[in-house]
Amino acid sequence: MGEIGDILAKYDVLAAFGMTVYLTVFSAVGALLLGTVLAIMRVSPVGVLRSLGAFYVNTVRNTPLTLILVFCSLGVFFILQLNLEPASSPTFLRDNAIRWAIVGLAAYHAAFVCEALRSGVNTVPAGQAEAARSIGLTFGQSLREVILPQAFRGAIAPLGSVLIALTKNTTVASIVSVSEASALMKVIIENETAGTAVFLVFAIGFVVLTLPVGMLFTTLSRRLAVKR
Amino acid sequence: MSTSVLFDAPGPRARARHRLLTLLGLLLAAGTLALVLWKFAQQGQLEASMWRSLLLPEVWTEYVLPGIRQTLAAAGASIVAALVFGLVFGMGRLSTIRPVRWVAGTIVEFFRAVPVLLMMYFTFTLYARNNVFGVDFNSFYAVVTGLTLYNGSVIAELVRSGVHQLPKGQSEAGLSIGLSPGQTLRSIELPQALTAMLPALVGQLVVILKDSALGTAITYPELLAQAKNVGTAYGNVIPAYVLAAALFILLNYGLTVVAGRVERRINRRGRAAGGTTTNAMPGAPGGTGAMPSTGLGGDNVQNLDPTSTGR
Repeated sequence: MGEIGDILAKYDVLAAFGMTVYLTVFSAVGALLLGTVLAIMRVSPVGVLRSLGAFYVNTVRNTPLTLILVFCSLGVFFILQLNLEPASSPTFLRDNAIRWAIVGLAAYHAAFVCEALRSGVNTVPAGQAEAARSIGLTFGQSLREVILPQAFRGAIAPLGSVLIALTKNTTVASIVSVSEASALMKVIIENETAGTAVFLVFAIGFVVLTLPVGMLFTTLSRRLAVKR
Repeated sequence: MSTSVLFDAPGPRARARHRLLTLLGLLLAAGTLALVLWKFAQQGQLEASMWRSLLLPEVWTEYVLPGIRQTLAAAGASIVAALVFGLVFGMGRLSTIRPVRWVAGTIVEFFRAVPVLLMMYFTFTLYARNNVFGVDFNSFYAVVTGLTLYNGSVIAELVRSGVHQLPKGQSEAGLSIGLSPGQTLRSIELPQALTAMLPALVGQLVVILKDSALGTAITYPELLAQAKNVGTAYGNVIPAYVLAAALFILLNYGLTVVAGRVERRINRRGRAAGGTTTNAMPGAPGGTGAMPSTGLGGDNVQNLDPTSTGR
């Protein structure tokens, strides 16, 4: 155990997991916002919006996340030179890598958030929508006041699964040189001998990150489920 | 003609509003496309020569086709291995022997919680350091190992929840005619469970195919890595990635369509698993519960059990 202790003391493991959490939180917020907009588009009465939403979801969901992130980093940042941090900044490269990774992660997971919300909308009985219509609510009003509040509560479990998948998927950001947990693990196991033990430490780190989230969302989904 | 219960047949004002929204939607789409093209043009990415080099035969014979082959090889090997892994550990979790159940459960839960890429980094370093499979094959086997352990665990969960979903009468009937618990599982429960979970299973195959792109991180020369090589060799990074994206989408969309077909076919037969052919696995932990494939959200809400999300 002493050897592992020495190795872990030499590297800043906590900071690396901090970056994982940072990526997760910001991408999750972005994905939730974009995903909600997409979900509304996909159930809207306007055909063009429905098709646009469906096109986005089907395209993004069938593209590997690796490709999206590499494209954001190499294509959009290095070649198209779209900066999310001014070039004068001392941490220009690092910050751009992180921010583009967040954009890519959010764009990718928004498709899954959208599908989770649609499955939530599906848990709302048709009678609710009919009641909303029959008292004269417009589409927007019935969505805001009747459908979406119930849909979010019905979608908690799948949204939790998306969040867990997102947490694990932040590791892909290591490919575009964001120094999060898996990137640090790669460095450590390449330089040190105790590979298996180091892997276990990092793996358990991810279990520690995802397990409480899973339990929380399972509890929430039971607690907040609309009683029918 | 209102097609959804969410909104009424539009009156004159609603129709005007919808026209406005349609226009806005089209403007948004056109605007995004124009912005992308403008940015491309600004950096000289629209030069015909850049895109024309994608048509060179050697680009395909040297890079793209080998890349597709490697992607399919890794995905194919992982699919076979993950199915075996999933069946073995799924049956392990259903075993009547407590230690077997416990061991299988721990392994499955562990590998489901660990990111695939983390496993690939680890197994690749392990294989490369000990040169287990030879220089040319270490990365291939690292990709296959990572994909198998993760997706195999997911499939094990599918097997388990599929069996749990069956009516209790099925196993009781098996036991009452004198079959052992193992025989009941193998010859009565599993065949029904496998049929019921076929759509989710095919969905998982899409995940495997998509995740094989992670191999690029450990120098496995799959499609994405080859696209990068094309970009380096011909100085057309963006066209090369666009091509790779199109190919990936084509492959995955094809598999998704197959999954949809399989599901519809099973639903039409309408008898699998005691009449409960839902497209989700309610028993899966954190699962979404049964959801009808049509409802307020529109047709074909994709299967969203935790296992097929985000990957």
